[in-house]
Amino acid sequence: MFNTLLRDDRLWLVALLAPVAIFFIAFFLLPLGRLFLIGGSGELGWGAYVAAFTDPYYIRSLVATLMLSVSVTVVTLVISGFVGVFLQRNQFSGRALLTAMLTLPLAFPGVVVGFMVIMLAGRQGLIPDVTEALTGERLVFAYSMAGLFMGYVYFSIPRTILTVMAAAEKLDPRVEEAARSLGAGQWRVVRDVLVPGLKPALLSAGAICFATAMGAFGTAFTLATRINVLPMVIYTEFTLQANIAMAAALSFVLGAITWVALLLARTSAGRTVAAAG
Amino acid sequence: MRKRGLAYWFLLALTLLVSAFLIVPVGMSILAGLTVNYFIGVESGLTLQWLAQVWSDHRHTVFLSLKIALACLFCTLLIGVPTAYVLARRQNAFTRALEELLVMPVAIPGLATALALIVMYGGMGDFRRSWSFILVGHVLFTLPFMVRSVLAVLSSIDLKTFEEGARSLGASFTQRFFGIVLPNCRSGILAGSLMVVTLSLGEFNMTLLLHTPLTPTLPVGLADAYASLRMEVGSAYTLVFFIIIIPLLVVMQWAAAPARIGTGQSR
Repeated sequence: MFNTLLRDDRLWLVALLAPVAIFFIAFFLLPLGRLFLIGGSGELGWGAYVAAFTDPYYIRSLVATLMLSVSVTVVTLVISGFVGVFLQRNQFSGRALLTAMLTLPLAFPGVVVGFMVIMLAGRQGLIPDVTEALTGERLVFAYSMAGLFMGYVYFSIPRTILTVMAAAEKLDPRVEEAARSLGAGQWRVVRDVLVPGLKPALLSAGAICFATAMGAFGTAFTLATRINVLPMVIYTEFTLQANIAMAAALSFVLGAITWVALLLARTSAGRTVAAAG
Repeated sequence: MRKRGLAYWFLLALTLLVSAFLIVPVGMSILAGLTVNYFIGVESGLTLQWLAQVWSDHRHTVFLSLKIALACLFCTLLIGVPTAYVLARRQNAFTRALEELLVMPVAIPGLATALALIVMYGGMGDFRRSWSFILVGHVLFTLPFMVRSVLAVLSSIDLKTFEEGARSLGASFTQRFFGIVLPNCRSGILAGSLMVVTLSLGEFNMTLLLHTPLTPTLPVGLADAYASLRMEVGSAYTLVFFIIIIPLLVVMQWAAAPARIGTGQSR
């Protein structure tokens, strides 16, 4: 039945898909192809792609970006995992307000998040005021890798908490109760029941955290241009050095790394789901 | 109810701490935008002068961002809803590849996409200088959110039965599309639209490279203000952004709530 429906509608379906196909070919696939070619057309030729992995300057910034992204992902997952499950499993007055507060920064762009970091840890920020009162010294760290780290965690916490809460909602609390009644301690419940149950959600949220930390640069742009994360390096190559070929090669490498990370997370999350189902 | 043990209080403290981490700087920034002199503090008095200054100097960035966001919404509706419909009806290698492709501009850094657009179309002066150059980037970035949102609703209803029923009664394709498909995915369209507008208003990663001095958007203006203007002005500018974005977020959460009850997931 549906097959006759399909046959009759085929032309319509093709027509409906045409605009998106044309748009993507013209404004995404062709430009990316061009970018790839331009990456190999500079002074270094195709060596630009090799330089991205061998030149000490690029290597350092690639390693720094990777380390930053991995630590942001781990810290965000741990914090949001606990907070998300806690909010989902407990009823108390003010819970709705807390949830609203935790998800408010969801739509703040990186630049605004950078400004929030300046508010907290900048020259006139709250944390320096507090440390001055406590130790007599002003601890200003907004304009460094630590500030960037804080900004990315700030950026990632709201969306990760939402993902964890949605996943925790689908977990059966009775399994936890059963584990407890069998004598499992708090940590055993977390390790053997909650973490495996939330694994697909944690994997996909973690992949998104990682990808944003790798590629975002609004926060870095607001905090300081001296933080040498890869997106800042690309931006500098492009605007100040006018080295378009190197900028193209580096952004291609950056894009490939993030895309592969997302792909890996998705396939392993898919496998977990399949194994559980 | 179990007795609330140590773990409960520890987690409550952690949750409060995290909320404070997220909210305190927002409050500080709002206050700074309304304070006469941030260095002295609130004692220096409250004022609207910074807001007035931002409005008179930078309101064109607000209008440009709103214009781009609405145009972006229009484009994603026009090409995104039909795409979601086709993806809901057909599952084959081609549509799966398309689905994968659609998410790529979100997966790869905006910087790379923007550079790609510049090396391809940077030479077309008029296009490069106009705001539609930014619009192209925003549509690439927001389209998957519209498609996902509509697709989620279309996959949850029995589209097949509806359409076969209508077809057996003699409804043409266009009658079915406008009479059955569109009304049924209203909630997905609404959620997707809110998402698209919010994301477009805040997009910076691509826009920084795609914009020209003649087309600064709100986030680009914010970045400039943070770098070069006094703290109070940057804060007041941020406040303008909050005033636009926070109502959108509230509506978004409100729109998401009934959908969750509908799936029977509420307690």
